[in-house]
Amino acid sequence: MKNPVWGRLLSVATWIVALIFFAPVAWMVLTSFKQETDAASSPPSFFFEPTLDQYRVIFASDAGPYFMNSVIATASSTVLVLILAIPAAYALSIRPVKRTQDALFFFISTKMLPVVAVIMPIYVIAGQIRMLDNIATLIILYTAMNLPIAVWMMRSFFLEVPGEVLEAASLDGASLLGTMRRVLIPMVAPGIAATSLICVIFAWNEFFFALNLTAANAATAPIFLMSTMTSEGLYLAQLSAASVLASLPVVLAGWFAQKQLVRGLSMGAVK
Amino acid sequence: MTTTQNPPAAVAGEAHTTTKPTAPEKSRVRSDRAEAWRRRAPLMPALIFLIIVTQVPFLLTIWYSLRSRNLLRPEGEQFVGLSNYGDIFLDSTFRQAALNSVLITFGCVIVAMLLGLGLALLLDRKFFGRGIVRTLLITPFLIMPVAGALLWSISMFNPTYGLVNWLIGLVGISPVDWTSEYPMFSVIVALVWQWTPFMMLLLLAGLQSQARDALEAASVDGASAWQTFRYITLPHLRFYLELSVLLGAIYVVNTFDHIYLMTAGGPGTASANLPFYIYQRAFLGFDIGQSAAMGVVTVIATIALALLALRLIFKSINAKEQS
Repeated sequence: MKNPVWGRLLSVATWIVALIFFAPVAWMVLTSFKQETDAASSPPSFFFEPTLDQYRVIFASDAGPYFMNSVIATASSTVLVLILAIPAAYALSIRPVKRTQDALFFFISTKMLPVVAVIMPIYVIAGQIRMLDNIATLIILYTAMNLPIAVWMMRSFFLEVPGEVLEAASLDGASLLGTMRRVLIPMVAPGIAATSLICVIFAWNEFFFALNLTAANAATAPIFLMSTMTSEGLYLAQLSAASVLASLPVVLAGWFAQKQLVRGLSMGAVK
Repeated sequence: MTTTQNPPAAVAGEAHTTTKPTAPEKSRVRSDRAEAWRRRAPLMPALIFLIIVTQVPFLLTIWYSLRSRNLLRPEGEQFVGLSNYGDIFLDSTFRQAALNSVLITFGCVIVAMLLGLGLALLLDRKFFGRGIVRTLLITPFLIMPVAGALLWSISMFNPTYGLVNWLIGLVGISPVDWTSEYPMFSVIVALVWQWTPFMMLLLLAGLQSQARDALEAASVDGASAWQTFRYITLPHLRFYLELSVLLGAIYVVNTFDHIYLMTAGGPGTASANLPFYIYQRAFLGFDIGQSAAMGVVTVIATIALALLALRLIFKSINAKEQS
């Protein structure tokens, strides 16, 4: 370890491994700037005249509504999650209810229920109340999907708020809502941002519900990706451009919030 | 909406109890109860919402699993007891799907964990461009899973213009039709690629939470790098290893996107896992009774895994609260 040559070799090895891992992503981005003939060439073409044609095709296509649906489903469900999760996390941390552990257990156990075990009744119910192919259905389901993670995450942030701050607020005679709005929420604002990030990632990437419960009206970006592959035969460069566009929001968000990612993925257990 | 209504209601309840000072015993009981409800009120909307959206459908799934119902055979549905369960255990495709689920979950989680551990150890040093390397390494996890699955099945594994065949062609191996000849392997490779960053992130957090003075003391005492790893780092990492494996398993056992897009469970049903097979039976076979029974069996099988993971998470939460 102390040997500088050994250390430098190790650093080079790390870089090489990282580049290998990143290569498929790089290849996807590269392909998105190709013409279709270059994209499906054998052997693969590394040198070509880059073009923005594929992105133009995507922007001119019917991709707009799909991405708009994704934005609506992701944003609405994230807001709904926060509205439900922040008070719940408060009731499980700062002024805890009896049987807090049971409530926590219930929340997280729903996260471990395989989605496939509930899809059929959800499909039948949604059909009966005419909510199939309706973006509201996705919003409700994405809210339920992310709510347990958000409750756990927000709770772990609330537990970090020093007790004196809350005592001072309650001595001032501030009401529950007042305490939350003026004292607590500003203190856990970074936590709210981190929680939102996790909710956005999972909602944006969700495929199973969107596949089974939407059709022409409410389909989201992952469905658009799949449809570019199946409807018009294979246009690899175009598919790559669509993949880049569909992945970009979450990739950027994740890059900028790597630490929060760990906390969210482990439901607050790892900080 | 209910969140804004509940707290005032609870406050009103308190006011009510304090106006009856003549019966102190009763009043104390009531104010205790009011206090309990005031604490509970902010929790209720989330709790009720989640019970309705997750537990009600699951109860319906159990109900469906006890009835025969096939949307293609409208002669009616009836209570059939446990016969759907009997049928699925006689169904060899179901057994294979269950086995595939186990293979995919364990194969992916173990390989991703080992790779993630290696990468975490490499990253737990100071070197040039460490932030960039970390950013590159987590990217596969952030790519939309649908995009990742299509990327692997087409750009990487395509028999004629895929990158993998070109690479093995450089060392003289003839082209392979990966997703048809080795469907399970192909799916696991794509999943490992996606989940290794997850493992790496958790394990790196574990490595960086090590007490530096213990490591320094070890090196002052002349411990070798291996001894330090074996006797100090590994015991410390144990919690993080268990956590990453269990959480990873819970996420991976539900894999659907990759199977659906890379192999469609095929060839035949060679690479169908439980979520995919249940989906197939429900949405393509319209056999609601049997697919519900399979769903219930999947939940029961997942519970053992989930309980282990939960116990671990609770242990860490309690340890933190007591510290």
